[in-house]
Amino acid sequence: MEIAFLLNGEPVTVTDAAPTTTLLDWLRETRGLKGTKEGCNEGDCGACTVMVTDGAGRKALNACILFLPQLQGKAVRTVEGLSGPGGEMHPVQEALVTHHGSQCGFCTPGIAVSMAVAHTDGDSATDDRLAGNLCRCTGYAPIIRAAEAAADVPVPEWMDDGAAIGTVRGDHAPYRPESSDALAAAYLAQPDAVLVAGATDVGLWVTKQLRSLDQVIFLDGCADLKEIGETDTEIRFGAMVDMNRVRAAVSTHYPSYAEMIRRYGSYQVRGAATIGGNVANGSPIGDNPPPLIALGATVHLRKGDEKRSLPIEDFFIDYGKQDRSPGEFVEAITVPLGAEGLKVYKLSKRFDQDISAVCGAFNVSVECGKVTAARIAFGGMAGTPKRASTCEATLIGADWTEEGIAPAVAALAEDFTPLSDMRASSAYRLGAAQSMLVRAWAEDTGAETSVLGIAS
Amino acid sequence: MSVAKPLPHDTAPLHVTGQARYIDDQPVPADTLHLAFGLSKIARGTITSVNLAAVRTAPGVVAVMTAEDLPFENDVSPSIHDEPLLSDGTIHYLGQPIFVVIATSHLAARKAAQLGNIAYTEETPILTVDEAMEADSRFEGGPVIWEKGDAKAAIARAPRTLTGKLEMGGQEHFYLEGQAALVLPAENGDVVVLSSTQHPTEIQHKVADAIGKPMHAVRVEMRRMGGGFGGKESQGNALAVACAVAAIRTGKPCKMRYDRDDDMIITGKRHDARVEYTVGFDDTGRILGIDYLHLVRCGWAMDLSLPVADRAMLHADNAYLLPACRIESHRLKTNTQSATAYRGFGGPQGMIGMERVMDHIAHELDLDPVEVRRRNYYPSADTQALDRTTPYGQEVEDFILHEMTDALLDRSDYAARKEAVAEWNAKNRFVKKGLAFSPVKFGISFTLTHLNQAGALVHVYQDGAVQLNHGGTEMGQGLNQKVAQVAASRFGIGMEHVRTSATDTGKVPNTSATAASSGSDLNGMAVKAACDTIRDRMADFLAERHQADPSSVTFTDGKVEVGGGSYSFAEAAALCYQGRVSLSSTGFYKTPKIEWDRVKGQGRPFYYFAYGASVTEVAVDVLTGENRILRTDILHDAGRSLNPALDIGQVEGGYVQGAGWLTTEELVWDQKGMLRTHAPSTYKIPACSDRPDVFNVALWDGENREDTIYKSKAVGEPPFMLGISAFLALSDAVAACGEDYPSLDAPATAERIWHAVQRVSDGV
Repeated sequence: MEIAFLLNGEPVTVTDAAPTTTLLDWLRETRGLKGTKEGCNEGDCGACTVMVTDGAGRKALNACILFLPQLQGKAVRTVEGLSGPGGEMHPVQEALVTHHGSQCGFCTPGIAVSMAVAHTDGDSATDDRLAGNLCRCTGYAPIIRAAEAAADVPVPEWMDDGAAIGTVRGDHAPYRPESSDALAAAYLAQPDAVLVAGATDVGLWVTKQLRSLDQVIFLDGCADLKEIGETDTEIRFGAMVDMNRVRAAVSTHYPSYAEMIRRYGSYQVRGAATIGGNVANGSPIGDNPPPLIALGATVHLRKGDEKRSLPIEDFFIDYGKQDRSPGEFVEAITVPLGAEGLKVYKLSKRFDQDISAVCGAFNVSVECGKVTAARIAFGGMAGTPKRASTCEATLIGADWTEEGIAPAVAALAEDFTPLSDMRASSAYRLGAAQSMLVRAWAEDTGAETSVLGIAS
Repeated sequence: MSVAKPLPHDTAPLHVTGQARYIDDQPVPADTLHLAFGLSKIARGTITSVNLAAVRTAPGVVAVMTAEDLPFENDVSPSIHDEPLLSDGTIHYLGQPIFVVIATSHLAARKAAQLGNIAYTEETPILTVDEAMEADSRFEGGPVIWEKGDAKAAIARAPRTLTGKLEMGGQEHFYLEGQAALVLPAENGDVVVLSSTQHPTEIQHKVADAIGKPMHAVRVEMRRMGGGFGGKESQGNALAVACAVAAIRTGKPCKMRYDRDDDMIITGKRHDARVEYTVGFDDTGRILGIDYLHLVRCGWAMDLSLPVADRAMLHADNAYLLPACRIESHRLKTNTQSATAYRGFGGPQGMIGMERVMDHIAHELDLDPVEVRRRNYYPSADTQALDRTTPYGQEVEDFILHEMTDALLDRSDYAARKEAVAEWNAKNRFVKKGLAFSPVKFGISFTLTHLNQAGALVHVYQDGAVQLNHGGTEMGQGLNQKVAQVAASRFGIGMEHVRTSATDTGKVPNTSATAASSGSDLNGMAVKAACDTIRDRMADFLAERHQADPSSVTFTDGKVEVGGGSYSFAEAAALCYQGRVSLSSTGFYKTPKIEWDRVKGQGRPFYYFAYGASVTEVAVDVLTGENRILRTDILHDAGRSLNPALDIGQVEGGYVQGAGWLTTEELVWDQKGMLRTHAPSTYKIPACSDRPDVFNVALWDGENREDTIYKSKAVGEPPFMLGISAFLALSDAVAACGEDYPSLDAPATAERIWHAVQRVSDGV
């Protein structure tokens, strides 16, 4: 194998690394670049954040769960590459010093990289950009002050990797197909291979479960799987569309869904995680399935040259079991448009970058004060993401009032017997799911129903 | 003068560029080996067989050691030798190290460590304080009881009484840099240890015992930690000792760093606890007597649990004069990680118990909680009072919270906002707001009196450059910068001339842990003493040369002025060198005035108190319990601050960490004693957006009444407890849902708040 990319502006070619070598280990152990830190080795702390640029733009990503083949043809910039050729500091580095943004300094390289990516993008939503960078010392206030202070300073010209990317050359490794056709053929030939999309989950198989993955196929090179197609009636997401792009694509149609995605993982995780990976993974606590089920989305599967489509709710058969045969993969997901008033609620211990205890999606149509249609789905309430059928049936025809919905609220107890774990108890999961339906109604009355966005 | 300037952290430019080196960043010899522990899968029992064949033959494995392979002491305890490095056959908790793998890479060691085949005879673990009380599983023979007056009689006579209890969770330190150590074998069987530790001398001591050598055979160096918070006071011992033994055995450098999950599963955390109370008070809310029960879960080994539980008792009064008080403290032994030091060291657990009582009384009497607090405050420092005595016999001579409270309520616009919150709550059904004030009075000094000492070693080189060495350790708090500011001020030179070395047991011996907020107080004074010794020698020499009085020699603005002559500091240093004046000195400091009898619970354990106050406003979604901090105002007492920027950094960071402890940070063990929240995916420390939207932090303009370094006050731990106001504000918001007192437990996760709302309102 031969993987070529730019590292802090210089071309590098890696020929002797296992495909599941993480960028973090390679940087620290092979290249001796020790500025990028390992804080958790699972993508939750951001101490290993690096900037990765390709033809589509730049991202902040967690190097600890980023495999080398995912970098083919791209440009990587680590904290060492934020400073200029003469050692001059990047504006965000300068501001972090001036505004006391570092204490112990261990999270700081990752913070600086996240800030530099946001600074280059001109994005002032610092809370969102830093949601995946944990700092235990500062309480974040001085980091925010630093970000604000640096915002208007021009982006240093050395940060631009765009022009040089085209010079990167590497071979086309057999485990890195460059189209869905090539992927289909490769997967058919190796149906036991592990498909790696964004590696936000598979990465942990390697770094935490210490599994040796003998056969892997990286989907990152499949450009056609990264396409988004939109018509008047639907959006079609290629399986490899990352969650930051999904968020942008649904933001005008389904602001509540987009707001949920804002809290999905972190900026780094969303930049790697894909909609196809989230669905194919089949986790009962994945956050896309509830809104996709509520919207009546379709999942498109492919095996070799055979293609089939099915309602996404039918894809999830049981815990750990999806309607996907060996060699078959998720190629795309189609989301219907026009479900006005879709409401998606994510409940977790922490608002940002936390796995949901419960995620609820409510696609309820109301005419003349009565519910005419309802598709309601939850994650975290059962072994699969699942519709609340009894609740829906009870709701249809009911008055869209507090009294009217009460039987449907109660009916959720018939739909679900959630489990208790470290995220939430069974009673709370059920109670919160019921509360979410109340909230969906209350929101329509104009009442204040969210602690986000209200001021002192 | 450098002191009091808001200078950035001395290594901030290295932090932001990735050049600051931590243990795992140190260049190491090519033959360095890597260690990982094999861990117990059960919480309590006895090992019946150990089969490590698969471990030994795994790729990259060089050697495997069990307890039997340890040549000398098998102990890493900081207290009573009850903490074997590797299990001696008894299993005390799930995650206890049983064997250690020595391999050619970190990954190879981790992989091999999974392959141990251990058989056990399992026993039912003791996991909770109730189970421990039932089994009489405890440290010390029985509870520790301290009394002031006759609390039970006072409560019996009181017009009103309340009882209640507060359960509070522990807290994972979540230092971003996990535990790590690197040991380089030296000649003669000696070792050099690089350890991420708050306590190099303890590492030196434990390593020396483990390799069967005197302490002079072990040199420990500590440049910086990527966070400590108490979690590196004793928890680094195991890694350093394991690496030292392995380095001696293999003759090669050995390094160990815990993977994050291992770190959380193996190491101790903040003590979780239950505080029960019965309080007697009058109709104005004035407390007449209080009876506390502290149940403190210590985990499997003693570690530092006794002084932690003591400090909880020592803060059971917080800021309030208790005419009669009884505190009964049980230190319970359980089959869980051995709870350890964590910022506040028991103080937060004791203090929040008192603040709960204040809140409960105010709710009962329908009085403003701030007013109830004021009525119970200790008397002001400058007023005459019959009684200003703590439950442990110390007079509170420096009480300034009356003035600080007035100032904070004013600048936070408390009264108007309290009305606004009430109005909001009257109008809004689904989102309730809460507002709360809480004060902090925190005792400064190690309660183990002999620890209140520090040493320093200062060199002035012939070019005028100064190298500082002191026994304190840098974990992000900016200690080195504050102490360097002291040195620069003593010599009247710019900061660029002062460099602080890594902490090194070969330079300054017999150090105390950098803990108990003592770093600047102790080491600042020791460095001052060393600098003044050198300065006096220089002054004597130069005065003689100029036929002047040594006391007339001045060191300011980089100049040494003497008898009409003026030298740059570098010139003065060169002259002194040529005049054969010693330009190197040690310095030593011990805290005056303190004496403490912990058995009786009487004396003056603290040199002084540090104060602070905060007002927090929150919003609670009553449908789900989700909540946010909207605004926080803080006024904190750092005395005459050595560095206001670094001190404000401690206050901001301490508050957010304290609020995290009481809100989203939840440790969950299952029935088997397995910690289920052993990674940041499941254990949620505050993220960026969890800080208060509006966050106003100011330092109180005052000075320490005691003769501390430049009249400053310790600032590491006290602000942590300002986070209690966030918890009380959440309780206030829940209280807006009904008539009953919420009796909220901590951490107040969305789930606990939801349950509390259900209790208070019987549904929305």
